Amino acid sequence: MRKKDCGKHYDVVIVGAGATGAGTARDCAIRGLKVLLVERYDFAAGATGRNHGLLHSGARYAVTDQESATECISENAILRRIASHCVEDTGGLFITLPEDSLEYQKTFIEACNKAGISAREIDPDEARKMEPAVNSKLIGAVTVPDGAIDPFRLTTANVVDAHRYGADILTYHEVIDMVRNGTRIEGVVLRDRRTNKKITVEASLVINAGGIWSQSICNMAGVKVNMFPAKGALLIFGHRLNNIVINRCRKPADADILVPGDTISLIGTTSSRIPFEDVERMEVTPEEVDILLREGIKIAPCLAYTRILRAYAGVRPLIASDDDPSGRSISRGIVCLDHAKRDGLEGFITISGGKLMTYRLMAEQATDMAFNKLGIKDPGCTTSTTPLPGSGNTEADIQERTSKQHIIELSTDQKAALGRHGSLGMEIARQGDDAIVCECEHVSVGEIKYAIKNLHAESLVHLRRRTRLGMGTCQGCLCACRAAAILGEETHDNEGAIEDLKMFINERWKGMTPVAWGKTLVEAQFMSWIYAGIGGLEGNATHDEECVPTRAKMKIETNEV
Amino acid sequence: MKYDVIIIGGGLSGLMAGIKLVKRGFSVAILSAGQSALHFYSGSFGLLGKIDGHEVTEPLQVIDNLPHNHPYRRIGIDAIPFLAEDAKMLLAEAGLTFTGNHLKNHYRLTPFGTCEPTWLTLTDYASCVHPKKMGWKKATIVNFKGYRDFFPNFLQDGIKANGLQCDIAEIDVPEVTHMIKDFSETRATSIAKIFKGKTLDTLAACINRAAGKSDVVFMPAVVGLESEQPIRQLKDMVIPSLMCVPTLPLSVCGYRSQICLRRYFEKLGGVFFLGDKVTKGFFQDYRLKEIETANLEDIHLRADHFILSTGSFFSQGLVSTPECIYEPTLNADVLQTQTRIDWCSKNILEPQRFMEFGVDTDENFRIKISGHAIENVYAAGSVLGGANPVQEGSGGGIAILTALHVAHSISRFAHIIQRIDQFNKE
Repeated sequence: MRKKDCGKHYDVVIVGAGATGAGTARDCAIRGLKVLLVERYDFAAGATGRNHGLLHSGARYAVTDQESATECISENAILRRIASHCVEDTGGLFITLPEDSLEYQKTFIEACNKAGISAREIDPDEARKMEPAVNSKLIGAVTVPDGAIDPFRLTTANVVDAHRYGADILTYHEVIDMVRNGTRIEGVVLRDRRTNKKITVEASLVINAGGIWSQSICNMAGVKVNMFPAKGALLIFGHRLNNIVINRCRKPADADILVPGDTISLIGTTSSRIPFEDVERMEVTPEEVDILLREGIKIAPCLAYTRILRAYAGVRPLIASDDDPSGRSISRGIVCLDHAKRDGLEGFITISGGKLMTYRLMAEQATDMAFNKLGIKDPGCTTSTTPLPGSGNTEADIQERTSKQHIIELSTDQKAALGRHGSLGMEIARQGDDAIVCECEHVSVGEIKYAIKNLHAESLVHLRRRTRLGMGTCQGCLCACRAAAILGEETHDNEGAIEDLKMFINERWKGMTPVAWGKTLVEAQFMSWIYAGIGGLEGNATHDEECVPTRAKMKIETNEV
Repeated sequence: MKYDVIIIGGGLSGLMAGIKLVKRGFSVAILSAGQSALHFYSGSFGLLGKIDGHEVTEPLQVIDNLPHNHPYRRIGIDAIPFLAEDAKMLLAEAGLTFTGNHLKNHYRLTPFGTCEPTWLTLTDYASCVHPKKMGWKKATIVNFKGYRDFFPNFLQDGIKANGLQCDIAEIDVPEVTHMIKDFSETRATSIAKIFKGKTLDTLAACINRAAGKSDVVFMPAVVGLESEQPIRQLKDMVIPSLMCVPTLPLSVCGYRSQICLRRYFEKLGGVFFLGDKVTKGFFQDYRLKEIETANLEDIHLRADHFILSTGSFFSQGLVSTPECIYEPTLNADVLQTQTRIDWCSKNILEPQRFMEFGVDTDENFRIKISGHAIENVYAAGSVLGGANPVQEGSGGGIAILTALHVAHSISRFAHIIQRIDQFNKE
C-alpha cells in the first residue's frame, strides 16, 4: 500500500490537532509512519483546551465507571513520567459535606481500591490542615492521587515531537472533503484557510480525531456517527486559592471540582446538552455563572470573595454507543471505530470518546489499528515510556547544568519558563532576553521569541496557549500590546499585529463579560480605557479566536506538502 | 473641624474644583484615597472627540445632539466656553501648559500611531492640527534599548500613513539600559526619575545623534515627572522638534498633572488629606452635615458644601456586585440598567453600557438619595452618569468642566447667602 516515492502520499492523515490527534500523530511518527497532521485552527483549540486541566486519578469515575477509572489511574502514572513538565503533583481530596452522605464515601473508597486507585480516608481535621481553603464544615475526606495538567503544553509537546519524528503539520487547513474511491477513502481535500486554496492529499489511511466535529468529518466520508455535544462551563479565579485538587465526594454533579493550575484556580463544570449548531459559538450564561459560584462556595467558601478572572465553556465530545440501535445512549469510554468493519468503508478510522487523561491510550489504540489496517509490521508502541520534549531532564539536572554554565541564580521568569517548557526552557534562559512582556505570568521577551520560533506560534492567541501570556490577573491589558509589538517586529507585519491585538483583547473580553462585576469590571474598564481610550483602537474586532492569523510572512517551519 | 467646602476625591475633578474654590476665598479640604484615573492619563484632555463613532470637529456645535442627561447638557452650552477658558488658565497657573482650544478639536498622537480628536494637549506631547497636516517632513522615533512599553513599529506605520518619512532609532542611555536590565518591570515613571541634571544632557546628545536630518523626533513620554521643567530643558538641547508619545501606564504626565495641581491647591491654602476615605455621612433635612473618615475617626469633618468627585469604578467611586451598581461613599442614587447582562457589549471596542452608569443628580448636579436631592452635595467628574467618556473622548472635559461648574454654583450660592446676611445686619 505504501507509495513511498510519491511526494504527496502519506501513510496516515490525522484530522484534528487536539491532544488525541497530536498524540496519534506522535505515536504514528515514532513508529515510522509517514504522517500528516491537519488542523483547521490552532493546536488544542477545541475541548482539549477547554476543561479543568485535571490530572484525574480516576477516582471521580470509580463508582460509576470502573473501566474509565482504571484507564485514568494507569495513564495518570504514565503522564507523570512522560510529561513531567506539564504535570503538577498536587494530590487530590474528595470531601463529604454535611449535606452529602458518608455512606457514599464508603462505596467510593471501595470502588477506588478495586480500580487500583490509592484512596485513603483521613480525618476532616487533617484535611483542613492539608488544604486550608477547604470548607471547614466537611465531615469526611479521602486523599487520591489527582494532579493538575496543562493541556496546551501537553498538546504542543506532542506536536513538536511528532514533527521531530518527521510528521508534517498543517494548521489552519480544514478538511472539506474526502478522496473516495469506491468503498475506500484515499485521502482528504483540504482548504488552506489563509489562501482559500484547495489541496488534495493522498493517504493510505485517514484517522478522524476531530472531537465533537468527528460527526461532520464522518459525514464527508459518507458514514454516520452520532455525537452528543455537552457544554461544560467553568470559572477561573484570580489567584491560586487551593494547592490540592478538591472534589465533592458524591455522584458527579455540577461544579464539584476545584483545581489549582499554575497561578490560578478553576471551578467546574456545569453540564448541559446543546444543539450541534451551537458548538461553534459557546457563551457562558449568567445562570451557569450563578450555579458554579453557588456550588463552588460549598467546596471552598473563599470563592465568594475572590475575584473571578473569566468564564469559559467547552464541549465534551460524547459519542453514541454503537451497541444501542436507537443511538441515544452515550459511550463513556474510548471509541475506536474501524469503518471498514462497521460501515464497509476502507481506509478510515474514527477515534473519539475518552478524555484528556486518556489521550495517549487513545492514540495508542488508533495507531495499533492503523498498523493492523496498513498491514505493515508494527514496531510496537513506546509512548508510555518515551518522555515528551521538555520532560527529559529533572529539575536538578537543569539547575546543575545552569550553575555550571552561568554561575548565576535563575531569574523568576527563567524559572517560570522552565516550569512551562521543562528542559527546553533552558534555550530561553540562554538567550538572556529577560525583559518582561507578561507581568502576571512572568513571560519574557525571550520566551515569546522562543515560542514564535520553535512552538509554531504565529498569533497572540497561540502565544497565550504556549506561554500563558495574558492568562493572569490583567487578562492581557498590559502584555497584549507588548507582545503584539514583538510579533509585528518578528513578522514584519505591523498591520496584521494590530488586527491580531484587537482580536486577542476581544477574546479576553469575551471571557470577562459573564463575570464583569467587582474587580473584574474595574479591569474591564481599565482595558477599555487603555485600548479604546488612550490607544484609540477602533473597528470591528472579531470574536473568533480561531480566525486565521494575518501574518504575511510565516516564520514557522512547516514542511511543504 | 469645619470647612466651607469638603471635596471627597482628589483626582482631576476634585483638584480643579478645589483650586477654583480656594481662589474664590473658600476654606477647602480635599479627601483623597490616593488612586486616580490621572495616573493613566494620555497627556491630553478631550472635550468631545466623537459622537456615534464619527469624529467631531467643533464640539460646541454638536453638544445639543448629546442625550438629555449628559453632563454637558446639564452644564448648558452657554456656560461651556467660559468654563473651558477658565480651565486652561487655571491649569497654566498650576504649571501645566496646553495647546488647543474648545472651539475646534486638534489631534493627539496615540501609542498605536493613530490620531484622535481632542481639546487640550500638554505642550510636550505630540499633537497636530490635522493628521494630514503634521507640519514636519522627516521624523525619527527614538526608543530606549530594551524598553517594551512603547511601540515604535506601530507608531512608524501611523506616521508614515500621514505622509512623513520616518525612521526608528534605538538609543542607549546607560542609566536607563541598566534599569531595564536589572528590573524586569520598568515603568515610564521609574525611568522619569532618572532624568534630571546630567542625565538629561546625555539623553539630548543621544537623541541629537539619532535624529540625523529629521525635523521632528518622537520619544516615549518619560521625562518630567514632577514638573514641566526637565522636558523644557531637554527640548532646548535637542535640535529638531521634540514630541512625547504616551507609553503604557503609569503615565508620567498623569503624575505630573496630579502633583502640579495638588501643589498649587496647597499653595493657595487648600488642605489635602491623602490616604483617607469617608466611612459615614451624617444627614439632616436633606443636607449632609458632617462626615466621619477612616483616619480621623470620631473627629468629624463639617462643611457647608460637599463635592463628591470620587471617580468611577476604577477609583472605587462606583462599585459593582453581581446584582447592582452602587455608590459606596454616600450611597447616592446610581443610574444603571437592571440586569448585569446589559452592562458590557460583546465587543471591547464598542460602547460599553457600564461606562454610562454613575450617580444621578438634579439639574444643578446635586446628588440624590432615594430620589431626594441633597441640597449641599454636588457630584463632579467621572462619578457622574450619563456619558460614555471612552467612546466620546470626553473624560477630561467632563471632569474639568463639571468641577468648575459645581464650584461656580457653590460660590454663587454662598454669595447670595452672604448678601442676605449683610442685608439682615443692615
